[in-house]
Amino acid sequence: MKFRHRLHGKTIFLIGLMALFGSLGDVLLRKGMEQIGAVSNWRPEALLTTFDRTFHSGPIWLGITSLCLFFIAYLLVLSWADYSYVQPASATGYLFVAIFAYLLLGEVIPRMRWVGVLVICLGVLLVGGTSPRTTEEEEG
Amino acid sequence: MTARNIIFLFIVIFAGTGGELAVTRTMKRIGEVQSFLPHHLLRVVLRAFRNGWMWLGVGLMAISFFSLLMLLSWDNVSFVVPVTALSYVLGALGGKFLLGERVEAQRWIGVALVCLGVLLVCVG
Repeated sequence: MKFRHRLHGKTIFLIGLMALFGSLGDVLLRKGMEQIGAVSNWRPEALLTTFDRTFHSGPIWLGITSLCLFFIAYLLVLSWADYSYVQPASATGYLFVAIFAYLLLGEVIPRMRWVGVLVICLGVLLVGGTSPRTTEEEEG
Repeated sequence: MTARNIIFLFIVIFAGTGGELAVTRTMKRIGEVQSFLPHHLLRVVLRAFRNGWMWLGVGLMAISFFSLLMLLSWDNVSFVVPVTALSYVLGALGGKFLLGERVEAQRWIGVALVCLGVLLVCVG
């Protein structure tokens, strides 16, 4: 019982970090790509220029850093919790994405989109209420 | 949503989910991480990269990442990211059929709600 409790606390903390860094990362990537502009020219030299600009963009690198932190938390939590538990449970990040997009980028978010995001989070909460592990550990 | 956007959305979802499943396979083989000291974490990462599945996973995630950048150059992040939540359906199916995880009824209901939410985001 005690072990299960510890497992849950550690899991919830890392999933919280995942939601925060994951959503912040996505919002920063959008900021970078907004500055670079819509990719519409598919000629190799044009794509190469876009690629070059992408990797000289401050927001893109901040976004990548944030996503790296997300990835580290993700790897750690996957070492003990199920994938089909972790992936949906971390999706509270969808609400953070909408909030950060609204606050930091000034995106206009239609009411139906807010409702949609909340329904996604509700689905996530249902999924998060299930047990974090159903498979046996491989080593003895 | 144009055909171009839908194609890139599918790449983000399939490559991203495939990558996550491959990385999960690696981390399950490594076993539960007990120590969070930096040099212990570094050793875990180095061990993970000695596994072929880890490289496949990271490769697929890179493809997913660049496709996401394309989508983000065309649309708002508050639209793009919720739509990529469709990967939950694929995640539950992959967890069940590829990793042998038991997916409970409550999880399936959650996945169904995620689908409804994505639909509302697309309508909005």
